[in-house]
Amino acid sequence: MKFFFNEIRGAVMSTLMMAIVCCGIYPLVVFGLGQVLFHDKANGSLLVDKDGTIRGSRLLGQQFTLDKYFQSRPSAAGNGYDATSSGGSNLGPTSSNLVAAITQRISDYRSQNNLATNALVPADAVTASGSGLDPHISLRNADLQAPRVAKARNLPLEKVQSLVRANTDPADFGILGEPGVNVLALNLALDALAGK
Amino acid sequence: MRSIDWLQLGLFVAILALITKPMGLFLGQVLDPKGRTWFDPVFKPLEKITYRLMGVNAEREQDWKQYAIAMLLFSAVSCIFTYAILRLQNHLPLNPQGFGALSPDLAFNTAVSFTTNTNWQSYTGEATMSYLSQMVALVIHNFGSAATGIALAAALVRGIARHSVATLGNFWVDLIRTTYYLLLPLCVVFALVLVSQGIIQNFNPYTKAKLLEPMTISVAEIDANGKPVLDKAGNPVMQNQIVTDQTIVQGPVASQIAIKMLGTNGGGYVNANAAHPFENPTPLSNFLQMLSIFAIGSGLTYYLGRMTKNQGHGWSIWTAMMILFLGGALLCWWSEAKGNPIHQQLGIAAADGNMEGKEVRFGIFNSALFATVTTDASCGAVNAMHDSFTPLGGFVPLFNIQLGEIIIGGVGAGLYGMLVFVVLAVFIAGLMVGRTPEYLGKKIQSFEVKMAMLSLLILCLTILGFAAWASVSQWGLTGLNNNGPHGLSEILYAYSSCVGNNGSAFAGLSANTPWYNTTLGIAMLFGRFLMIVPIMALAGALAAKKISPASGGTFPVSGGTFVILLLGTVLLVGALNFLPCLALGPIVEHFLMLQGKLF
Repeated sequence: MKFFFNEIRGAVMSTLMMAIVCCGIYPLVVFGLGQVLFHDKANGSLLVDKDGTIRGSRLLGQQFTLDKYFQSRPSAAGNGYDATSSGGSNLGPTSSNLVAAITQRISDYRSQNNLATNALVPADAVTASGSGLDPHISLRNADLQAPRVAKARNLPLEKVQSLVRANTDPADFGILGEPGVNVLALNLALDALAGK
Repeated sequence: MRSIDWLQLGLFVAILALITKPMGLFLGQVLDPKGRTWFDPVFKPLEKITYRLMGVNAEREQDWKQYAIAMLLFSAVSCIFTYAILRLQNHLPLNPQGFGALSPDLAFNTAVSFTTNTNWQSYTGEATMSYLSQMVALVIHNFGSAATGIALAAALVRGIARHSVATLGNFWVDLIRTTYYLLLPLCVVFALVLVSQGIIQNFNPYTKAKLLEPMTISVAEIDANGKPVLDKAGNPVMQNQIVTDQTIVQGPVASQIAIKMLGTNGGGYVNANAAHPFENPTPLSNFLQMLSIFAIGSGLTYYLGRMTKNQGHGWSIWTAMMILFLGGALLCWWSEAKGNPIHQQLGIAAADGNMEGKEVRFGIFNSALFATVTTDASCGAVNAMHDSFTPLGGFVPLFNIQLGEIIIGGVGAGLYGMLVFVVLAVFIAGLMVGRTPEYLGKKIQSFEVKMAMLSLLILCLTILGFAAWASVSQWGLTGLNNNGPHGLSEILYAYSSCVGNNGSAFAGLSANTPWYNTTLGIAMLFGRFLMIVPIMALAGALAAKKISPASGGTFPVSGGTFVILLLGTVLLVGALNFLPCLALGPIVEHFLMLQGKLF
């Protein structure tokens, strides 16, 4: 019995010590160093306009429907890009609901971007992301949207295309992951160009 | 399957191979109570104070029963600690969003889930957990359950390496040393690297951002009592609402993600887990997270070789693990890159593969690789939604879990799980040549084989038993998000994940109900502790045995023959146990998808 009580003391005290060291000191050390070394990133990579208003995070997508904005991927987070309700559609490969949604999105994408009715559509443009907050679209998706945006804003296509390139996050070290166009940063740059 | 992706795969395997030896040597120092590490100046005084508070004599070793009891008591006490915080979170500090207490079944499920290193999550983190709950109630197990797993693996390795003794080491010493000298220093560095990539670490309340384009959404009208208003046909009345803000989640995320990965816990801060840009912002953070899932487990195979003075044995086990890993990764990658023919007929570019549930920055390859890594190890973090994978792409994570999480595996748990198969493999080899089976000079007799079989049977019976129960019950079927064979896959995945202590999900399943929370919680307890006790008994039995000198007829536990025999044993047991139910889930769904059948 004495063995048992000794071991219970060990269990209680080790739990308390780990709570203090691993759940108190450790996160506070990371907090302190993170705030000093990477202040902007530790606080959410927020994008602020020239009036000082927070317009979003560089890392989180937003929903766009107007022609003058590049449009993000479909989102299953809440009612769309709800950053307090992240997640995917979780619809499987033989889901009829998913097929219905993709059919509708393909038809919308083709008509909005003035594509032929049999044009192939980039997969990312008509499928929901894993987080529902994907900040990126593929380069081909951006290329297909660029003429629409240029027309809606009365800008030369080359100007829009150069902004797309300026707001493309490349693959890390050129090999890791995929390049993607940051939609929110790009749309903010377009608005800044328009002077609003 | 582009060449740049092959390059990434090669890089991943090469770096993993390179860190295995240094990690194994470092583990040797950490798991030796008298070992020296670089961190002694910082942690030695703290280690001594901790033992004094705990009343532990670090010199005294325990036999297998004492070791197991200490482990069970630590798990029980820390589990109750977490349950209490979750039930009381509305009265506790660091709750700027004012979240309420968790329901009893959800708190039970969550406390068990983190105690067992599973990190199954029936809740949406960003809308349920206060900063205190995340940082203390959950993170304590991210450290504790990982250290426990490593301690148990060390005890089993000592049982194999020693002879003619009763003791396996001291659980408390292994627990504290692993936490202080291994996990904490690695986590501090890793967490800071993650912050540099964009993972947040703060205590601010959630931030409101003004949307560039306000959205109109349709929401159900709510009456004065908080109930939805219904029309004459009984449908909820919808009204338009204009949303002008995006609420951005904040919190101490980076410190949690570092240990979530290194300790193969996998419990996300937010619902979307490592698919969320705040948990996994860049391809580099993704690559490092995959490496960190495998780092310690891979080093433990080297530690095994070192301790048993048979480095070839350690590398042979590592090789067998890598072959199983590559097989799964290639199948998953190929299937996801090929995409879904039903969607391609609608007009999606076939070259893009299956992007439903995946993030652009990771693409097909890094999503498939992450899914394989996270289910080979018992991590369970996800950077893409497994539920939306193609049938064969989703088959890989499911089968990986059902093999028993032994491909590198959870920290510690992977090694002791694999050693059960090693015992079985040498037993089968012994039967085939008609000799008494030996493992590293020790006779494998009926008790050892019984214990090994017991832990395998518990895995199979718990998964299939609970999955069968759920799939014929109303409470099981109402939670489904998909119909047809995919629905069965969702149930099967849930119980496999919980028994295997993985924690990933076919996340369409609505598991936050009292039935699911309770049965999944029990499945996690069985999968962890009913497996561990026979394994500890095995360790005790092996430690007590004498070592007989090797002779010409001794079966070598290193080299190609052993690797093939081990692979055969793992695949045969996995296939015999689970192929029938897999045929009714992902395999039949694959053929139905090729025919264009929808549900």
